[in-house]
Amino acid sequence: MAIELKMPALSPTMEEGTLAKWLVKEGDTVSAGDVLAEIETDKATMEFESIDEGTVGKILVPEGTEEVKVGTVIAILAGEGEDVSDAAPAAAEAPAAEEAPAVAEAAGKPAAKERPADPDIPAGTNMIKLTVREALRDAMAEEMRLDERIFVMGEEVAEYQGAYKVTQGLLDEFGPKRVIDTPITEYGFAGIGTGAAMGGLRPVVEFMTFNFAMQAIDHIINSAAKTNYMSGGQMRCPVVFRGPNGAASRVGAQHSQNYGPWYASVPGLIVIAPYDASDAKGLLKAAIRSDDPVVFLENELVYGQSFEVAQLDDHVLPIGKARIMREGSDVTIVSYSIAVGVALEAAEELAEQGIDAEVIDLRTLRPLDTATILESLAKTNRLVIAEEGWPTCSIASEVVALCMEEGFDHLDAPVLRVCNEDVPLPYAANLEKLALIDKDRVVAAVKKVTYTG
Amino acid sequence: MAKASASSSGKSKPAAAKTTPKPDDGDNFALRSLQEALDKQKRFKADNDQLLHFYEQMLLIRRFEEKAGQLYGLGLIGGFCHLYIGQEAVAIGLQSALDNDVDSVITGYRDHGHMLAYGIDPNVIMAELTGRAAGISKGKGGSMHMFSTEHKFYGGHGIVGAQVSLGGGLAFAHKYNEDGGLCLAYFGDGAANQGQVYETMNMAALWNLPIVFVVENNQYAMGTAVRRSSAETEFYRRGTAFRIPGMEVNGMDVLEVRQAAEIAFAHVREGNGPVLMECNTYRYRGHSMSDPAKYRTREEVQEQREHHDPIERVKKDLAAVGVDEDKLKEIDKAIRATVAEAADFAETSPEPEPSELYTDVLVEEY
Repeated sequence: MAIELKMPALSPTMEEGTLAKWLVKEGDTVSAGDVLAEIETDKATMEFESIDEGTVGKILVPEGTEEVKVGTVIAILAGEGEDVSDAAPAAAEAPAAEEAPAVAEAAGKPAAKERPADPDIPAGTNMIKLTVREALRDAMAEEMRLDERIFVMGEEVAEYQGAYKVTQGLLDEFGPKRVIDTPITEYGFAGIGTGAAMGGLRPVVEFMTFNFAMQAIDHIINSAAKTNYMSGGQMRCPVVFRGPNGAASRVGAQHSQNYGPWYASVPGLIVIAPYDASDAKGLLKAAIRSDDPVVFLENELVYGQSFEVAQLDDHVLPIGKARIMREGSDVTIVSYSIAVGVALEAAEELAEQGIDAEVIDLRTLRPLDTATILESLAKTNRLVIAEEGWPTCSIASEVVALCMEEGFDHLDAPVLRVCNEDVPLPYAANLEKLALIDKDRVVAAVKKVTYTG
Repeated sequence: MAKASASSSGKSKPAAAKTTPKPDDGDNFALRSLQEALDKQKRFKADNDQLLHFYEQMLLIRRFEEKAGQLYGLGLIGGFCHLYIGQEAVAIGLQSALDNDVDSVITGYRDHGHMLAYGIDPNVIMAELTGRAAGISKGKGGSMHMFSTEHKFYGGHGIVGAQVSLGGGLAFAHKYNEDGGLCLAYFGDGAANQGQVYETMNMAALWNLPIVFVVENNQYAMGTAVRRSSAETEFYRRGTAFRIPGMEVNGMDVLEVRQAAEIAFAHVREGNGPVLMECNTYRYRGHSMSDPAKYRTREEVQEQREHHDPIERVKKDLAAVGVDEDKLKEIDKAIRATVAEAADFAETSPEPEPSELYTDVLVEEY
């Protein structure tokens, strides 16, 4: 049977090319793998191989022809005893229109959902005061006692006891096999941590700050977040990347950035950014137990703050669930991490002025608890986001989009973002203060959306 | 780079003598000891069955890749497709020496051959190339992103050099679990210039990790010749700064690669830490399917094909030990049939269901 040889595609984007040279002539016998012709595009020259055996019956497109469309029949390969000399060139077949279903119709699209609330704390449970720093350390130590596969690695986590003392005491209890000082080499050790997770361990990788994790972001995103999907669900990567994030104090632009929005934009990652000690502990324990890669964003300025934590054997909190820090009816302030403190201060001041604000701590930035935000909006009809970070393409922007798309009918005022100024963080004390969000700005925004300002 | 505010000491070099004693350069550190062992006996002594098996495996890779090239031309394979033709002896020589119960392998995006070397079904590899549900990654990975955790093959990575640090992590897990395994981490002469490769070598040597770093030097990083990209073109020397012994191996001779693997793996298994092996090889085809082929001459490629082809070399070895040519023809025929079946399977298998779009993003539900 005669076989039509069609103009091949040499690259994903090629639509046409030049048939530069025929390396066979009519009547030649060819076998599979023989080079028949050279094809050129604007960027490449490639050899065109025969896939089948046969005799070159007729060459339909002579060499030197330009703009030959992909799919055009360029020659006919005859089987034994066939005569194909009458064959005429045929136009390229137009590819059939693809009937791709609209994405929204594809079955299985995950919908926004209600997530379980935090487990109840039994009556009579002893409450103790812990700093966020101690809560994080306790979370790691408790999990390490339960699971031998868990280890901690990072710069100064062992002998120095942690650059910010979050890993204090871990080396003494667990030894150098499980608490590992790394050289200053973020890209390398993030890769080793990710690879160790792929190999079945459960690493907790500490970045001295997330500013330095930019050196390692390739592994966090390309290696950790995407590999499960790319492998069709074969690969696992249960790694936790943790460390302080956001502005500290007078350390300048390169050491003062909130990476929450960056990581929260990546499918395949879990992103957690707690505020108080109870959530820091409960969510870090959940993060370590998760089979998915987690970015756990802490805040240096909050490390030393003390909060009440329930003294439970196993204080684990649900990932993906926001927490209502203060109930209110007039306006919703959505926040996370250090800005939750700012939002709570603002709510106190607003209360004195007769405005009853509800404060939501997102706690998890991905997956975002959209249900809690929308329910609160439905109740208060006004919403402000307080975020210690840049405004552009922020978590605040994402919440605004959510309110527009799914909460529009409940809005009595435009949603406002209260973020840092859109500048690299300056060093000078006065300028730094001007650049960062504060209580007064949140109060002002709330007054605007409640038309009381 | 200012690190934690809590750190006090500066980074400037102290005027006083170093506090760290110099390591013992005597018996414990011999950068060339493995090379010397290889030089004593260059080629693995394979019996006839082993030799035939090497031939068969290398030929399967060759024919599979030729077919992949053809399917690409027909538009059945999309995106990037990097063929392994010419480099077959490297994967076969090394992976035939592994202990598949414990050892792990990781590589970059030119990964079809490394999977075939495991004996993974060509059908599911070809079906991945054509983006079908039956593909080894359910059609969601493609040519560059294939894995088989069952075989401890960890990919299949598209970011140049990333697999080296990830391989360091796999080796870390071998050591942590005390499972006696090692990690074989392949990368190219191009990736050999990435910073993270040296970050990993440093930590692998510092922590004595069981890893063999293999530079598959196919002479070109995409279109940039080694001499135009690398100040030190002898890649096996690049571990020196980390006290990692190096080996220079003819990657066009499967028996030399296998012999080098025996020496390197034994060294690593004895707890001596990493080895850096450079396998000099040659890629006959373009970097990927869309390669302008303007950076080297046709004569250079032809010279390699005619005088250094790894499959022809095994053929000669087989003839020398008296293996009948009919036997080889039989193997050729069977491989052509296997590859034709793989292509047919890959072409006729259905595409993934639309609902697969949303699966495998996360493992757990939140």
